[in-house]
Amino acid sequence: MTTLVDIRNLTIAFPNRLQDNRVVHGIDLTIHEGETVALVGESGSGKSVTARTLIGLSGAVVGASRFEIAGDDVLGFRERDWRRLRGTKIGFVLQDALVSLDPLRRVSQQLADAFGHPGYFVRRDVREDSRALLRSVGIPDPERRLLQYPHQLSGGLRQRALIATAIARQPSLLIADEPTTALDATVQKQILDLLAERKQAGHTLLLISHDLAVVARLADRVLVMKHGQIVEEGPTKQILSKPAHPYTRQLLDAVPSAASRGFRLSPATDQAALPTEAVERRLPLPPKRIDAAQTVLSASGLMKRYGGGAAVVNNVSFDLAAGEALGIVGESGSGKTTVAKIVLGLVEPDSGTVLVDGQPWSHRSEAERQSRRASMQLIAQDALSSFDPRYTVEKIVGESLDTVGVFGSERRRRVIQVLDGVRLGASFLDRYPRELSGGQRQRVAIGRAFAPRPKLLIADEPVSALDVSVQAQVLDLLAELQAASGTALLFISHDLGVIHHLTDRVLVMKDGRVVETGAVETVFAAPKHSYTRALLDAVPALP
Amino acid sequence: MSALPTSQAGETLCRRPLLHALPAQPGLVLAVLFIAVVAVATIWPGLIAGADPIAADPLQAQLPPSWQYWFGTDHLGRDVFSRVVHGARYSNLIGVSAVAFAATIGSVLGLLAGLARGLVDEIITRFLDVVSAFPDLLLALVLISFTGPGTTNLIFALGVAFVPRFARVVRAQTFVIARSGYVEQARTFGLSRTVLVMRHVLPHAVAQVPILATIGLGTAIIGAAGLSFLGMGPQPPAPEWGSMLAEGRNYLRVAWWIGVWPGLAITLTVIAISVVGRRWQAAFEGRRSA
Repeated sequence: MTTLVDIRNLTIAFPNRLQDNRVVHGIDLTIHEGETVALVGESGSGKSVTARTLIGLSGAVVGASRFEIAGDDVLGFRERDWRRLRGTKIGFVLQDALVSLDPLRRVSQQLADAFGHPGYFVRRDVREDSRALLRSVGIPDPERRLLQYPHQLSGGLRQRALIATAIARQPSLLIADEPTTALDATVQKQILDLLAERKQAGHTLLLISHDLAVVARLADRVLVMKHGQIVEEGPTKQILSKPAHPYTRQLLDAVPSAASRGFRLSPATDQAALPTEAVERRLPLPPKRIDAAQTVLSASGLMKRYGGGAAVVNNVSFDLAAGEALGIVGESGSGKTTVAKIVLGLVEPDSGTVLVDGQPWSHRSEAERQSRRASMQLIAQDALSSFDPRYTVEKIVGESLDTVGVFGSERRRRVIQVLDGVRLGASFLDRYPRELSGGQRQRVAIGRAFAPRPKLLIADEPVSALDVSVQAQVLDLLAELQAASGTALLFISHDLGVIHHLTDRVLVMKDGRVVETGAVETVFAAPKHSYTRALLDAVPALP
Repeated sequence: MSALPTSQAGETLCRRPLLHALPAQPGLVLAVLFIAVVAVATIWPGLIAGADPIAADPLQAQLPPSWQYWFGTDHLGRDVFSRVVHGARYSNLIGVSAVAFAATIGSVLGLLAGLARGLVDEIITRFLDVVSAFPDLLLALVLISFTGPGTTNLIFALGVAFVPRFARVVRAQTFVIARSGYVEQARTFGLSRTVLVMRHVLPHAVAQVPILATIGLGTAIIGAAGLSFLGMGPQPPAPEWGSMLAEGRNYLRVAWWIGVWPGLAITLTVIAISVVGRRWQAAFEGRRSA
C-alpha cells in the first residue's frame, strides 16, 4: 500500500505583527492509497485550514518536519509547483457548490476548465469526456446539463457537478470539505452514496466534517480534531464504539436522534455532576409541562399560492397545546417556512384560518394584531440577519419588550436575567452581533424570543446553520427553557434527528401538503407514507 | 472556518478608517488641511483677510501681486486676496445648501418609493428619470430662467438637479432593508410601521447619503460657480468666485491675477472635497464587504 500523504508535526499559523496566531499545533496525518480518512471537529478546530494546506491554498505560514504528497516534498513549494499538483494529484470539493461554481459559466465550460482546457469554446473531445464524467457522477441527461448554468441545477446536481470538476483529471486523492452540510437529508444521502461508490472503486478520499454521523458510514479511519490538535485517532469502528477521549464522546453524544429523546445532548456545565460510568453518561432533561386542554394555536385548511403557480401550502391543519412541541419536517420547497410565516401573520393565507388562544388571528388588521404579537415569538434560522447590525445585544433583546411595556431599569434587569438564562451573562450587553460566534448569536435570539414570556414560540430551522456540538448546546437550552416556561413550540426543521429528539408530535410535509402526522415515536417507528420512509432512510445514523 | 486571523486586527482598523489612514496618505492630509482652511474662510473670512473685499480704490487698480496685495488688485482696485477669501462663503454655501436640499428631498422621495412600491414608486421613479435625463447644469439653467437669478434661486435650481442621485440610492437600499430578517423580526414584536421605519429602515437606508453628499459637493460647487459665471447667482459686487472669474476674463492679457486666483480656489476646493469623499466611500465599502 503506497502512502499518498505523509505529514509529521504540521503547524499552521496566521502571524501578524503582535502574535503568531497558530491555528494548528503539530499534527500528524498519513493517508494511504485506497483509504478513506475523516477529519472531524467543530468549527475553529483547524480541520478546514488543514485540508486547504494539503493543496497549498491556506495562505498561512506552514511548518512541518515532513510534508510529502504523492512522493513530492511540498514544503518548499512555490505557487507554480502547487498548480502542477492541484487537479492532477489532489481534487478538492468545497461545501457550497453554489458559490464554488462560477455563476456565469456553463457546466461544460467549468468541466473544460477542470480538464485543463480553459476558454470560452469547448473542444469536441473535451465535451465527450465531460459527458462521460457527468454520467459517472450520476447526473442523468448530461447532454442537457452541460449547456446549463449552475443556478439551473438543483442542489444535489450542483454538488455532483462540483465533484465532477474535482475528479476530472483523476486525482489520486479527493478532499471533500463538508460536502453535504448545505444539503437536505435525501440529497445528502445521494452524495454520500456517490462518494461510497468512489471508495468501492478504490479511490482515496479525505472527508472533512463536523458531524461524526455523516462520516461514520464512509470512513475507514477517523481523526478527531480540537483546537488545532488531534485528540484521538483510530479505525472508525473503534472510535464510534469505544471513544477514548472525552471530546470524541461529546461529539458522539451531540448527535440528536431517537435515542437521545428526553436527555441532554451536551455535557452539563457542572463537570462534577457528570456520572462516571460511561454507559449512563447522558443527563435527563427536565420534564415537559403539556396542558392538552389548552390549545394555543389552531390552524385549519391553510392554503397559499403565489402568482399562478402551484400551491405552496395546500390544506394544512394542526393544533398545538400549551407546553407541547410540534415539529414540521420537510425538504426545502416543501412549504414549511410559509406555514411559519402564516402563523406569524407575516403572510396572509388565501383561505383557511389561524386561531391563537382561541381568538381569530388570520385576516385581521395589523393594528388589531399588534397588541397580541408579544405572545408569539420567532427564532429565525439565520440569527445574524435577524439582528439590526447597529444594535447592541441589550437593545436587540430589549426591543422585544417594547410592546409588553417594560422600559428603563426594569428592562435592563429583565435583559440581564434573560442573558443569564441563556448562559451569556451581563458582559454581553454591549456586544454587537458581529462580535458574537454562531452559537452565541443563536443564544441571544433564543433569549430575545423568551424575554416577553410568550405562549407560543416559532423556531424556523434554528440550528441548521450550526455545528453538531454547538447545535447540541442550543437544543438543550431550548428544551430547558421550553420546559421551564411551559411555552408551546412550533419547530421547523429538515433534520429528522433534531425533530425526533425535541418534539412530541410531527407533521411531515411534501410539496405543500401534510403527508403524515402523529406522535413522533409512532410516525418514525412505523412510517405509513413512502416519503416519510425515504426521509428516515436518508438519515445518516451512528451504528 | 478560520475566523481567527481577520477578526480582531481587521475590525479595529475598520472602525475609524479615515483617521487611521491619514499618516500613510499625504494627499489626503493636504486635502483635509485645505478643506479646513476653506471652512475657516467660509465662517470667519475676516480672520484670514482683513481688507474690505468690496471697497474700491480706482487709484490702486490692476496692481500685480505684492507684499501689500498678495493676490494683486482688480480693475476697480479691490483686494483680490480678500475677495477670494470672502468669496468662499458664496460658492461653498450655495454648494452645501444645494446638496443639503437635494439630500433631504432625495432621501424622502427614495424612502417613500422604496416603502410604498406600486403606483407611488412608479410615479416617483418616472419623475426621477425625467429629472436625470437633462444634464445638471442645463436643468438648473432652465429652472433659473423661470425663477430669475439670485442666491436662493440658484440653490433651489441646483438642488433639484441633484435630487435623483440621492433618491435612487436610498430607494434601492430601502428595498433591500425592508425585506431583511431584522425588519421581519421587529414586525413580529408588534411594532408599528412608523417605529419600524424610523428605527430599522431609515438609518440603514440613508447610511450612504453623507458620502454621496461629500462627493456631490464638489460638483455642486462647480455648478454654483459656473452659473454665477453666467450671471445667474449672487449679483455684483458680491465676491462670488464664478462671477470674479467672469470679470477677470476680460483682463487676462493685462492682469492675469484677477481671474487666475478665483479659478485656482474653485479647482483646489473641488479636488480636495473629491479626494476626501472618494476615500470615505472606499472605506465604507471596505467595511461593508469585510
